[in-house]
Amino acid sequence: MKLRWMAPIFVMALGLPAQTAKNSCVECHAALEGDLARPAELFANDIHGKNGFSCVACHGGDPSSDDPEVAMSRGRGFLGKIDRRSVPARCARCHSDANLIHRFKPQQRVDQLAQYQTSVHGQRLAAGDVKVANCIDCHSVHDIREVSDPLSPVYPLRLPETCARCHADAAHMQGYRIPTDQFEKYRKSVHWEALAQRGDLSAPNCATCHGNHGAAPPGVASVAMVCGSCHVVFENLFVKSPHKKAFDNMGLAGCVVCHSNHDVEKPTLALVGVQPGAVCLNCHAKGDKGYEAAMQMRSRLEQLAASLGRSDDILKMAESSGMEVSEARLGLGTANESLVKAEVDLHSFDPAMVDGAVAKGLEVAQSSYRAGQKALEERDYRRKGLALSLVTIVVTMAGLWLAVRELDNRRKKSS
Amino acid sequence: MLRRALNWLADRAGVDSIRSFLAHKTVPIHSATIWYYFGGITLFLFVIQVLTGMLLLLYYRPTPNEAFETVQFIITRVQFGWLVRSVHSWSGNLMVLSAMIHMFSVFFLRSYRQPRELIWLSGMVLLFLTLMFGFSGYLLPWNTLAFFATKVGTDMAGLVPVAGSFLRRFLRGGDEVTGATLTRFFGFHVAVLPGLTTLLLLFHLALVQKWGMSSRQRSGEPVSTMPFFPNFVLRELIAWYGALGVLGTLAALFPWELGTKADPFASAPAGIRPEWYFLAVFYTLKLIPSKVLFMDGEVVGIVVFGLAAAGWMLIPFWDRQPEEAEQHRLLTGVGAFVIAYLVVFSVLGYWR
Repeated sequence: MKLRWMAPIFVMALGLPAQTAKNSCVECHAALEGDLARPAELFANDIHGKNGFSCVACHGGDPSSDDPEVAMSRGRGFLGKIDRRSVPARCARCHSDANLIHRFKPQQRVDQLAQYQTSVHGQRLAAGDVKVANCIDCHSVHDIREVSDPLSPVYPLRLPETCARCHADAAHMQGYRIPTDQFEKYRKSVHWEALAQRGDLSAPNCATCHGNHGAAPPGVASVAMVCGSCHVVFENLFVKSPHKKAFDNMGLAGCVVCHSNHDVEKPTLALVGVQPGAVCLNCHAKGDKGYEAAMQMRSRLEQLAASLGRSDDILKMAESSGMEVSEARLGLGTANESLVKAEVDLHSFDPAMVDGAVAKGLEVAQSSYRAGQKALEERDYRRKGLALSLVTIVVTMAGLWLAVRELDNRRKKSS
Repeated sequence: MLRRALNWLADRAGVDSIRSFLAHKTVPIHSATIWYYFGGITLFLFVIQVLTGMLLLLYYRPTPNEAFETVQFIITRVQFGWLVRSVHSWSGNLMVLSAMIHMFSVFFLRSYRQPRELIWLSGMVLLFLTLMFGFSGYLLPWNTLAFFATKVGTDMAGLVPVAGSFLRRFLRGGDEVTGATLTRFFGFHVAVLPGLTTLLLLFHLALVQKWGMSSRQRSGEPVSTMPFFPNFVLRELIAWYGALGVLGTLAALFPWELGTKADPFASAPAGIRPEWYFLAVFYTLKLIPSKVLFMDGEVVGIVVFGLAAAGWMLIPFWDRQPEEAEQHRLLTGVGAFVIAYLVVFSVLGYWR
């Protein structure tokens, strides 16, 4: 703390002047080959380099000297390759210093080290396990980029693969007694689809549920809260439902019991009910109250889905005949929203609540169906009118043609 | 009493002179007489356009907030409104087609030759006005396709050298396609163009009356004719009825789509293209490289199209042969090439 006031001077000495001052580290390493040349190549893209920091900020030494003995002398503070156990603390010298960091990014957090120390990674590192991830394993080294840079390994689209570099590597994870199929499962999930296929950067990746610097597996008690941080309405319904107490008593985590965790698939009606494949059957059996409720809710949801399908079909038929049914189509959109609402209400596990949304949806879907029927009746009426008009036109044309022939004959005779 | 009233009316209206005129007017007969009817069909479709257009005006309001809604109201709520709107749209398209067939038939039958140069020129201007009718009318429902197609179309007008920038601003009523463009196009569509077209049409018909229809007969050969009334008029009526049948069938079986309301802030949907009669030009401009020598490729394209259109329009002044002479093979080839080009490039423009 006593040295805190000296931080700006320290940084000035280490990094900032290097933007214009001589940097013998880059000059020499660029002339070398192989691994020794690589840091100098990579550093051109490094966010620190771009902000005026140089090698000396992390590695110490004297970049003003061309003599390797002087530049890399312990006397000049040279540290060489940073020991893995020291990396977090080394990064935190600047990243935990609000005065320094906020000069570059006023919104940047400075608690990464504190969070890291609470994480499984940080705790194991502190216990001497150097295989666990530290800052540079995720953010890369010598070419560290901003998180918002698409080439950064922690850019939302790339983060799952970055985590998977260790977590999907069975050899690397040997001894930790945790599965290595998370990434494979995640790639089958709706979250991956939203992230990678739709390019939705706000879609959940590993860090959304597990945290980033404070990475830890969510415990049974906190699963619903993790999911509920995005799926708020579902969580609110779930915590008020009879399942909450039952799951707590049975030691079951909330959402993942039915939806799974890493491989969360798009939920369909098949999940609900008492037919094979329905998750309700995992706990409920014929005769109990939950079994009846599951059957009832499934039946009502199916009824609405079928009604929507029928209305959609008839409107499509009318549209393909060129009929204008945009109002009915709009109504059907509202009925679809009712189905979504009913599927959300399902998380209350209360058949009466589901029934309310279903009844509203059915009413609108049936009204759209009637509009479709009316449009098809109108289409048939038009076609009949056309047929009648065409017959009249053809008969008139034939009559005119006969008149023309008669006139021509008369003219020929007279001439 | 009634007879006296009719006689008075006939006397004052000069019915006898009309009757005498009709009794003496003849029309030449030859193997290509059928092509004569396309001029009449174009006129018939123009009349349909005017009548249905007036009916649409009873409900249509040309503002961005109301244009789409009023057209939707016409086709969903007004009795037979769908038919009126669909007939108006289809007859507009059929009119362009019929006018083009009329133009090419006049070209291949050499009917543009002296002394009918002005008939050809006025006909060409009428065709241009018909295309402008289509272009201005396309925007009026204010739907997504029309909005973005108008953007593309007015951008193309902006490529005209020297006057392009002014032309684009003039057409749009500003820098962008907005409500000002809609009001402007509505004005062109229902006032400026109909006025000009009616005047020019009368001029065109008066010249046809003055010089008569081309007979294709070689000099010295006798010209076969038929009386204009009733023989030719009844035949023309059959053609009009045929056109009415086609128009009614298209309007009833394929009602003109309304689409979705234009959103000026939305990005252009994929596959935006203009109406079919501009497709060949549109597709050609897409194929031209961005730079041709030192000029913008699209500007070069517009200049070439402008020169080609001017050359085509001035054909009566290139081909100075007498009416009876056979058509030069080169000109026949040029006509066949233009038709082949328009068909092929329109099809390619539609599919790609």
